[in-house]
Amino acid sequence: METSFTPIASLLGGVMIGLAALLLLWLNGKVAGISGIVGTALTDFGAASRWRWSFIVGLLAGGGIALYQWVGVSEIALRASIPVLIVAGLLVGYGTRLGSGCTSGHGVCGIGRLSPRSIVATCVFMGVAFATVFVQRHLLGG
Amino acid sequence: MKELLAALVAGLLFGVGLAVSGMLIPDKVLNFLDIAGHWDPSLALVMGGALAVTVPGYYLVTQRPRPLLVSSFSLPTSTAIDGKLLAGASLFGLGWGLSGLCPAPALVNITTGFVDVLAFVAAMLVGMLLHKTLHRT
Repeated sequence: METSFTPIASLLGGVMIGLAALLLLWLNGKVAGISGIVGTALTDFGAASRWRWSFIVGLLAGGGIALYQWVGVSEIALRASIPVLIVAGLLVGYGTRLGSGCTSGHGVCGIGRLSPRSIVATCVFMGVAFATVFVQRHLLGG
Repeated sequence: MKELLAALVAGLLFGVGLAVSGMLIPDKVLNFLDIAGHWDPSLALVMGGALAVTVPGYYLVTQRPRPLLVSSFSLPTSTAIDGKLLAGASLFGLGWGLSGLCPAPALVNITTGFVDVLAFVAAMLVGMLLHKTLHRT
């Protein structure tokens, strides 16, 4: 499905994401890396991990309400089959933990700290994602 | 308590930002990743907007002796650009390109209750647990 260029909304949303990450660092001294927060929270229910669950509740509430309010659930249409999505989910879960971060942890927070490690990681996952979509859409014709 | 409230507010703002930016929409993500097709450059602006805040903001905040609500910063200490980083980022990129979902939007999208989203997120959580099991140190 084609989508239209939404420069204002995307910039505004990006600024909000950046502010959220900055708030978490300024107040709590923590990095807003979602894969790290979720991956750790999954097996850590101790007192030191409570902020992670709190963040996840906020993420789901804020994102969920805004999704129903301004985006519309019909926009959330996945194009891949369930077996492919399961493989993709495993790759995203395992890969983000092995590589210590995802779009938020490396892309927003790590590059925000000008970490060479995060800059490299972001270039790699973006590069592989671009290549994956190119192969799927233009070589395999999916 | 204040720390939990701060995390909740940061999570709320992060979630709203994802929705406003268009990152929740898998078609938009895939079209950003498809320069050879009907390219939608919107997501470059999401990252640009976020970095316009975090680059100067992180610099200013980390000049402070400590965060406002806790005694110290918990920042990643590893600087190694090693095989794990490159392999992990590659596997993630492959999964992201196949689905159009990265971890934060995937989580928020479970609020749709759609079976395919739930299947993806369940697999993602299994992948995270798998890593924990395989790399226990």
